[in-house]
Amino acid sequence: MNKIGRFGDFGGQYVPEIVMNAVNELNEAYEKYKNDPDFLEELHEYYKNYANRPSMLYEAKRMTRDLGGAKVFLKREDLNHTGAHKINNVLGQILLAKRMGKKRIIAETGAGQHGVATATVAALFDMECVVYMGAEDVERQSLNAYRMELLGAKVVAVQSGTRTLKDAINEAMRDWATNIETTFYCIGSVMGPHPYPTMVRDFQKIIGEETKRQIQEKEGKLPDCVIACVGGGSNAMGAFYDFVKDKKVRLVGAEAAGRGVHTIQHAATIARGSKGIFHGMKSLFLQNEEGQIDEVYSISAGLDYPGIGPEHAHLHDIGRAEYLSITDEQAVCAFEYLTRMEGIIPAIESAHAVAAAMEIVPNMKKDESVVICLSGRGDKDVFQAARYRGVKLDEN
Amino acid sequence: MRIKEAFEKRKTNGQKALITYIVSGDFGYETTKKNIMSMVNAGADIIEIGIPFSDPIAEGIVIQEASQHSLEGGTTLAGIFKMVKELRNETDTPFVMMMYLNTIYRFGTERFFDLCNECGIDGVIVPDMPFEEKDEIQETATAHGVDNISLVTPASHDRIESIAKDAEGFLYCVSSIGVTGTRNEFTTDFDAFFDVIKKNTEIPCAVGFGISGPQQAKKMSRYCDGVIVGSAIVKIISEYGEDSPKKVYEFTKGLRDALDE
Repeated sequence: MNKIGRFGDFGGQYVPEIVMNAVNELNEAYEKYKNDPDFLEELHEYYKNYANRPSMLYEAKRMTRDLGGAKVFLKREDLNHTGAHKINNVLGQILLAKRMGKKRIIAETGAGQHGVATATVAALFDMECVVYMGAEDVERQSLNAYRMELLGAKVVAVQSGTRTLKDAINEAMRDWATNIETTFYCIGSVMGPHPYPTMVRDFQKIIGEETKRQIQEKEGKLPDCVIACVGGGSNAMGAFYDFVKDKKVRLVGAEAAGRGVHTIQHAATIARGSKGIFHGMKSLFLQNEEGQIDEVYSISAGLDYPGIGPEHAHLHDIGRAEYLSITDEQAVCAFEYLTRMEGIIPAIESAHAVAAAMEIVPNMKKDESVVICLSGRGDKDVFQAARYRGVKLDEN
Repeated sequence: MRIKEAFEKRKTNGQKALITYIVSGDFGYETTKKNIMSMVNAGADIIEIGIPFSDPIAEGIVIQEASQHSLEGGTTLAGIFKMVKELRNETDTPFVMMMYLNTIYRFGTERFFDLCNECGIDGVIVPDMPFEEKDEIQETATAHGVDNISLVTPASHDRIESIAKDAEGFLYCVSSIGVTGTRNEFTTDFDAFFDVIKKNTEIPCAVGFGISGPQQAKKMSRYCDGVIVGSAIVKIISEYGEDSPKKVYEFTKGLRDALDE
């Protein structure tokens, strides 16, 4: 077995020959710069002065009181520039692209948060940017689609297949194969061929590192539990990674159960998936018995993906992290709950993590603490939340 | 062995091999069977049996759409094996399956190659399994005597040597960077590309990706031992459906005649 980029049996580099040199070139560049003081200094400079890091760790006192269990903290990735954790990874990748001499950036996006972050940083560095977005996602997240265009990116609405995130990734991979010499593919999650799962995790691990420092300042000890939503799994991997070695810290991923894991309309890869090889990696996927990838569903465009990053598949496999399935209904309730309880409107993706916390926290002790990674802000989801409740807004 | 013999037969006669591709099960297995026999009868030497996949990342729009259409019609791998077995009563032409790795992995590698033997599949081409990951199937394929056919591309550069050295059956030489589909022109420096390839392997080389018709087939054939035509045929089948076998025969005959000119 090829040992490169493996997490147990998961991971690998299952991509067409045509992109292998580009994958290797990226891997070499990443190996060269990941510990390079100048690279890291520049990255942290942008984290601080452009992305607004460190993001704060907020003690949610009303929520804590209401749930009546452990103390609840929110890691406020929603307060980053562009409104989500995605900027952490994009800054890293585009600084790398710059050093590699690439001038054209492509990306896929589901909810649009990664696309917006990519378009933003591409604007900052004056690079050409093309974002692939499923046509259905362009409809559900038209605000983000237009935001990318404002930033100077070209948004391609992908009409093939299920017209969602997986199809956007297919199309981005085809673009990459066609423009391999000039183009840098900025993948938005801890997925794809090596080095992406590792590299994206490393650019996101600052979430967990800051959290550890911040909670020790506030509580004088590690948290008892860290909770994050999981689509491909980048905010969760970022939040978990620095705690993986702290065996007493419970790590919980919240995946999208859509209309329920016993229906066909969900995106709960850990709960219902099986091992497969797709999008450059061996991991868990929702697929039929012949290996055709399933059409998946979630109210959240950012979690609407039939796979999961290989490191999550591994953490699940060895029992280090656990994964809960959260339905649309639970997520919308949590979206409204946090909004009214703390005056913070979470992204519908992050609301899945809040919903998981609402199940876990009441069963914990008062001297324990929980960190929820609030991966993004929910302005983009207001129309959808209204629609879910049958409230008609003028969307034009 | 059949793959090697197919190339040798053409070479002995001073000809080039013609390899044609089809998306299996599109418009039903019967249509596919008729089309494969049309290609064989018109002078195709090797048939690439395309296995439709929900997310074919290496394919252009023509094969994507045909694959989706075929899957919507209920095509399965088990059904395709059954069809191949039936075809073996009619022809000895080598068959290679072109498919994505997940199809083999999920079906079970051992079970998959057992069925290759049972139904008469001579080789497999797996476009999302690069050299680094070929151990995923190599041992089982070898044990079953099924060729694992590798691809090299104009972006492969220094990788060509190691890939070509280990190549089995024939080496699939991708004409230009990008995905499958017909092209109006090529920008690859073919002399340099095939120079490196020929230096590193004795096995036959066939060129594919973007060959749209007889003229291009003829032009490309001078660099190697055979040409591969895919999307142009799939396009005809998409257009004519159940009535396509006659058109596919005519088109394949045109390719054969051009190569033999």
